[in-house]
Amino acid sequence: MTEVIRMSAIEKHFPGVHALRNAQFDLKAGEVHALMGENGAGKSTLMKILAGIYSADSGSVQVNGSEVRINGPRAAQDLGIGIIHQELALMPDLTVAQNIFIGREPRNRWGVLDEAQLNRDAEAIFAAMKVPLDPTAEVRRLTIAKQQMVEIAKALSFRSRILIMDEPTAALNETETEELFAIIRRLKSEGVAIVYISHKMNEIRRISDRVTIMRDGAYVGTVTAEDTPIETIISMMVGRELEQTSIAIPDLGDAPVALEVRGLSAGRMVRDVSFTLRRGEILGFAGLMGAGRTEVARVIFGADPREGGEILVHGSARTIRNPRDAVGAGIGYLSEDRKQFGLALGIDVRGNIALTSLDRFSDRFLRVNEAGLAKVATSYIASLAIRTPSDQQEVRLLSGGNQQKVVIAKWLLRDCDILIFDEPTRGIDVGAKAEIYRLLQSLAEAGKAIIVISSELPEVLRLSHRIAVMCEGRLTGILPGGPATSQHEIMRLATRRDHAAEGASA
Amino acid sequence: MTATPVAAKPRAIASGAQQKLLAFASLIALLVFFSLASPNFLQTANILAILQATSVNGVLAIAATLVIITGGIDLSVGTLMTFTAVIAGVVLTFWGLPMPLGVIAAIAAGTACGFISGSLVARMKIPPFIATLGMMLILKGLSLVISGTKPIYFNDTPSFPLISTGSLIGSIFPAVPVPNGVLILFLLALAISWMLNRTTLGRYCFALGSNEEAVRLSGVNADGWKVAIYALAGGICGIAGLLIASRLNSAQPALGQGYELDAIAAVVIGGTSLAGGRGSILGTIIGALIMGVLLNGLRIMSVAQEWQTVVTGAIIIFAVYADMLRRRRAG
Repeated sequence: MTEVIRMSAIEKHFPGVHALRNAQFDLKAGEVHALMGENGAGKSTLMKILAGIYSADSGSVQVNGSEVRINGPRAAQDLGIGIIHQELALMPDLTVAQNIFIGREPRNRWGVLDEAQLNRDAEAIFAAMKVPLDPTAEVRRLTIAKQQMVEIAKALSFRSRILIMDEPTAALNETETEELFAIIRRLKSEGVAIVYISHKMNEIRRISDRVTIMRDGAYVGTVTAEDTPIETIISMMVGRELEQTSIAIPDLGDAPVALEVRGLSAGRMVRDVSFTLRRGEILGFAGLMGAGRTEVARVIFGADPREGGEILVHGSARTIRNPRDAVGAGIGYLSEDRKQFGLALGIDVRGNIALTSLDRFSDRFLRVNEAGLAKVATSYIASLAIRTPSDQQEVRLLSGGNQQKVVIAKWLLRDCDILIFDEPTRGIDVGAKAEIYRLLQSLAEAGKAIIVISSELPEVLRLSHRIAVMCEGRLTGILPGGPATSQHEIMRLATRRDHAAEGASA
Repeated sequence: MTATPVAAKPRAIASGAQQKLLAFASLIALLVFFSLASPNFLQTANILAILQATSVNGVLAIAATLVIITGGIDLSVGTLMTFTAVIAGVVLTFWGLPMPLGVIAAIAAGTACGFISGSLVARMKIPPFIATLGMMLILKGLSLVISGTKPIYFNDTPSFPLISTGSLIGSIFPAVPVPNGVLILFLLALAISWMLNRTTLGRYCFALGSNEEAVRLSGVNADGWKVAIYALAGGICGIAGLLIASRLNSAQPALGQGYELDAIAAVVIGGTSLAGGRGSILGTIIGALIMGVLLNGLRIMSVAQEWQTVVTGAIIIFAVYADMLRRRRAG
């Protein structure tokens, strides 16, 4: 295979951060080359340099054997380098075709946009990709997966021979991931070289030929995907061996029931859901994207209207019409989108921890007891091991894992003893994940009742004492946690589209 | 689990049409209401007066629409209009040059000012609200300085008032003496509407408002196009300056502030999103007409001017709220 890209001795500084140190990378035609590393390892930065979005401080980039300077996205496109961004970079108000050809719109001989030609060109690309997509559809109305296809079509429309995909499956469900892999294999067989950035180990094994691992902005090594054990790759990423913990399932037979949900219904996404949750228990919620897990959580929390069913907290029925009622009942919900729903990013750690409990820290003239707040905040920073220079650090400056801990502290302070975690480790790197897991376990040991919604099956298996599986708004079964349950069993329930599925309960 | 694109398409079209339909229906409802309330309302002379009164705000609103679709805001359209009128006065009255030069000077001055606003926003990254607020005050001051704080009359250019008040259509079809100002508004609306839908400049206008970073990452000269859109909007303000100066047969340097808010109100009533990315000239024209009809009708019903302002404010809030409700249901 011919080498199409060679990057060597790449250096890049951002204010206060040495983002890349002597980084290197090479890519061959027709291979899928995975790029792995913890968050902040420099993967995206390195690839953004290749795509002309950043410029390197120093170092060399060779494309097809000749030294190049890539000084903008246009220059990268001209070299046949296309990038599919982690955060989709589409214009939601424009149509599919308009997005693909932005900046290169076909025009007729009077210089007027030729919309018909535009749509035909887009159609031709989708035909080649074997993806049925309407070029005239407005992008904002497409699913994330379809939007991803638009991004890929856009990259291909440049006749890219080199395609960079930055966490392309982050928002895709299993079926959609399969569709993406089919496209990747097709592109590969046509000789396109693909850089694949992902955190998902099993995907890497399935789709990639070689794996390059980065750590702290530096190159660690390149291995073949097929015959390198996952543990080796992980230890190259984190620089230490991760302990393989298997979960100890506590006997909760006579622990009191903290939360009981009976026949919960709301729209198409929550249909007749019943389950119980005991104190000290971690109940995992597994399912494909769109199975209704988040919707169940939101209805329990009062964020969405409940259409039917009962919610019992500590044995007595509670009317929960809004989140305030839920918090009053001791239920806390930690949204999957921390930045949008969970945190006030511009406010300091102390302010965020106090956010839901300010009434307890102010007197009747609404004066805030800052000293009291500081004491509480400091104690949570210590007990949850939040890494921050002080309780007055702005939350946006913390890492994802530490931001998550701030949200947890916020709900603990509010005396919530039923905590619902929605994708608690999304966007958190491998090392910090283990820490969040330990934290959840210790919260359970302290008697909190915990629901964990997660799209990553290994995470569900590692954390849950019991596993509730949902499909299309129904609870299709509750499985025991631990080694007794396999990913295969969960997937079987998660794809049970049988509408007569038993209303499983514990 | 989510609508397929095939199913989504008709919905998207229906939603866009629905929005204009709502505004259009409100306009018709207002017309019916006022014609029932007052027999004088539906006279040809009164309808022409409404159109004439709407022409200046309509043209300014078209300029504001362009900037708002990019996700920005232009607070300087009102005083820029006055500034270009003063420039026309300088060229025609102070210097005594022929009329076409005055017209060109006004539009060129507007374009230049728009270029400056655009550069402040796109290149120096000053938030549009602040950049155009600054420009609004600068232009207000400059208009007063250049004119010596006194109105400049166009008595040496007798044909100047015809720009707005003459009637090209009336000279061909005497039965419909549509003033030129109205003709200019509608021709401009057609031209800009075409530009938005059929040219790259229009496409980038929507694209910038929809996701500016994506435009930049696509290798498009995002900043350059944004400057171009502000400059075009400035040029359109120059046309508004000519219309108002010709109607008053003078450049009134103290006028102008407040017009930008009427223009933005028309844009918003017409359903253009202040968040950028979506909007239409047709909607803006309907929005401007709603405001024109409302003010005229209230005046005919002898509602005090103070109360007219109150009603306008309420209408703006209602229009945006109705649009939000509709969107929530559609979304």
